[in-house]
Amino acid sequence: MLRREFLKLLGAGAAIGTFPGVARAASAAQGRVIVIGGGYAGAAAAKYLRLWGGAGLEIILVERNTTFVSCPLSNLVLGGSKRIGDLTFNFSGLDRYDIKRLHAEVTAVDAAQRKIVVDGGDDLAYDRLIIAPGIDFNYDSLPMLESAQAQQNIPHAWKAGPQTVNLRAQLEAMRDGGVFAISIPKAPYRCPPGPYERVSQVAFYLKQHKPKSKIIVLDANPEIVSKKGLFTKAWAEMYPGLVEYRPNSTAVAVDVAARSVQTEFEAVQADVLNVIPPQRAGKAAQMAGAANIDQRWCEVDFLSYESKVSPRVHIIGDSVAAALPKSAHMATSQAKVCANAIVSLLRGESPDPQPVFANTCYSFVSDKLAMHVAHVYRYDAAKKIMAPADGGGVSDKPSEQEGNYAQYWARNMWSDVLN
Amino acid sequence: MRVKSLNAWLALACLALPALSSAESGGHIRVLAASCAACHGTDGNSVGGTPVLAGLDRTHFILQMQAFRSGERSSTVMHHHAKGLTPDEIEQLAGYFSAQPRSIGTSPLPLGAL
Repeated sequence: MLRREFLKLLGAGAAIGTFPGVARAASAAQGRVIVIGGGYAGAAAAKYLRLWGGAGLEIILVERNTTFVSCPLSNLVLGGSKRIGDLTFNFSGLDRYDIKRLHAEVTAVDAAQRKIVVDGGDDLAYDRLIIAPGIDFNYDSLPMLESAQAQQNIPHAWKAGPQTVNLRAQLEAMRDGGVFAISIPKAPYRCPPGPYERVSQVAFYLKQHKPKSKIIVLDANPEIVSKKGLFTKAWAEMYPGLVEYRPNSTAVAVDVAARSVQTEFEAVQADVLNVIPPQRAGKAAQMAGAANIDQRWCEVDFLSYESKVSPRVHIIGDSVAAALPKSAHMATSQAKVCANAIVSLLRGESPDPQPVFANTCYSFVSDKLAMHVAHVYRYDAAKKIMAPADGGGVSDKPSEQEGNYAQYWARNMWSDVLN
Repeated sequence: MRVKSLNAWLALACLALPALSSAESGGHIRVLAASCAACHGTDGNSVGGTPVLAGLDRTHFILQMQAFRSGERSSTVMHHHAKGLTPDEIEQLAGYFSAQPRSIGTSPLPLGAL
């Protein structure tokens, strides 16, 4: 092909065809991709499908809420340095990418017929479906917490929004000398260091305003799941005498009215009680029959995030079964691998056989001090997993510099997924 | 060795535009580069608080990443990423980011007090 013809092709916005000396498929990506879920994973997937897939794709984002509330930084609402409104956005920044937004509830996913059904009964057919539903709570072991009324008394606040505001209000109303108890489920759950960041934020608030109070941490895990040394040191040095940590303490029952939680060993009476329930893949992934691991998480091909059991259904974010942290950065990294793979598949090409990405996750231990865990992950073709590369690790100590980085991590993330 | 591989990369870069060469390998590098967006913004156009990578000179990028790897340049976070990447990935990322146009990254406005 002559160079001027090649440039004309580029100018016309067509997919890159042949490059001198390099054979390539000339076809542009065509087809309809539906994305269910407009959180970090789903919004990033929709945007990057357009950036990388070109104008030939029809992209539909189905999200029940008209606002996006960031879980990252939402523990700072409990500490008092953020308000929920600081973390709440609309989706209008995605309109420039010609993404059709449908704010509706998905009521069925028919993977065999390649269509979804939304409330009202309308069907939408797809060529590829991305399900990014986040987490669903599993109340099998704590049925008394399932109702909205019970959650008024004992919020989980593990999806940022009204429950975060409720938990903050309960802390503000608590007497000095009161007990805040938090129950942490067995891993895996959304945001491995999140519960311990929450403890730090509540400690930050109580130390200033209610210093006679106490925090009891009932952790179902045998030890702190993430950044253990850093959290242990921060609690001892910054909040001495305030935090009492009890490992191997699974919540087995809750007295909702009394705000009392029962473990296998003891009953703990609290003034403010925060039970984070066990979790599983979000409902839309369950509807697609994709939650095949213990009926809980979704097994995927890490080259494309296509479900191992539901063809043409891709699962990204917290619902994925993997030894990977369920973090917002991880969700966006998976979204980008998935979007890139779908563009290749719709062109009749194979996905990149060697995906590599990074994950950085910050935790705040006060209003200003933060610390990180960071790793590069690379596809291991023998094990067919994303494996952490050597060289990753955690901060030496919490610092104000990292606090500032963490604030800008969030702003860059919001820009990257919503703008 | 370091200089040699850098020269080899630069010689290759004269033959193919970096953005095109990344598209040749199934988008491998653009996906890796996009995972830097969490801190450095879409296409390396940070909204502030972290360095802008878009349009950064590729030799400068490579030298900084090598300094993070060796500890010659101290860092809070970047050494954890630089040590996890291969020299080849660092070179390709340098090419990718140097080819990205600079723009002012903007964060969406929060909806305010709720």
